[in-house]
Amino acid sequence: MTIQNLIDTGRFEVVNAGDDLTREIKDVFCCDLLSICMSKGIEDAAWVTVMGNVNTLAVMTLTDMACIVLAEGARMDEVGLQKAQSEGFTVLRTEDPIYPSARFIDDMIHA
Amino acid sequence: MSDSLEFKYQIDGEDFARVGHASTDVKKKLKMMGLPPDVIRRVSIAIYEGEINMVIHAYGGEITVTISEGDVKMVLADKGPGIPDIEKAMTAGYSTASESVRNLGFGAGMGLPNMKKYTDSIEIETELGVGTTVTMHVKF
Ligand SMILES: Nc1ncnc2c1ncn2[C@@H]1O[C@H](COP(=O)(O)OP(=O)(O)OP(=O)(O)O)[C@@H](O)[C@H]1O
Ligand SMILES: [Mg+2]
Repeated sequence: MTIQNLIDTGRFEVVNAGDDLTREIKDVFCCDLLSICMSKGIEDAAWVTVMGNVNTLAVMTLTDMACIVLAEGARMDEVGLQKAQSEGFTVLRTEDPIYPSARFIDDMIHA
Repeated sequence: MSDSLEFKYQIDGEDFARVGHASTDVKKKLKMMGLPPDVIRRVSIAIYEGEINMVIHAYGGEITVTISEGDVKMVLADKGPGIPDIEKAMTAGYSTASESVRNLGFGAGMGLPNMKKYTDSIEIETELGVGTTVTMHVKF
């Protein structure tokens, strides 16, 4: 499933559509503590988290995750939003909790 | 690659928006140099955690990365408060991070343990009220 396919499900609000929407999402990763994410983050995963700031974006880049999905109604702060826009990162969001959001993406990957 | 290459980064202790720029830039450079993905990942983790610590626990500082034949050397020097008990600081889960910093996702107390885990060597020199210098190597 590509990032574009995930967007097309309409399940998530698009905070920022990045510059590589053809990128393949291969897995799902859930965690909010950044130093754990940094060591356990999964390459090409959609990262479901409640942390919406520039640090999330830095960890996403460093671990080569595909996109960020903010759950539980979390929002990207202003500085993070600017960075996502200028660097072309995909950020989606939802009011739903982490588990159903992650499960939905996982189901889509394996559909 | 017989000559060594050196990169320096000034880390601003106030600038939360730019934190991660040194590790991101080093990662880019190592990728261009064609280093193995595993080496790039380990170096990225080590510098990122060190860089964050310089911002949230010290007042910024300087990072020097030297790449030579088979070795990436990282020196992170700050003029922060120093670390009173290194052994305690190295313990997984130990953190003195403030509430506001925790709200940003930091404070798991996993930074230093990650730096140790993902590098081949780590040495910490620290003096209270003077600063801390962390030297790490990743071999390849
Ligand atoms: N450069 C530094 N100067 C002063 N104190 C430091 C420095 N680096 C680490 N420390 C101390 O060591 C503790 C443990 O650091 P560590 O990086 O493992 O965890 P953390 O930064 O608190 O949380 P995390 O890295 O998981 O977000 C810190 O809480 C802090 O008290
Ligand atoms: Mg830390």
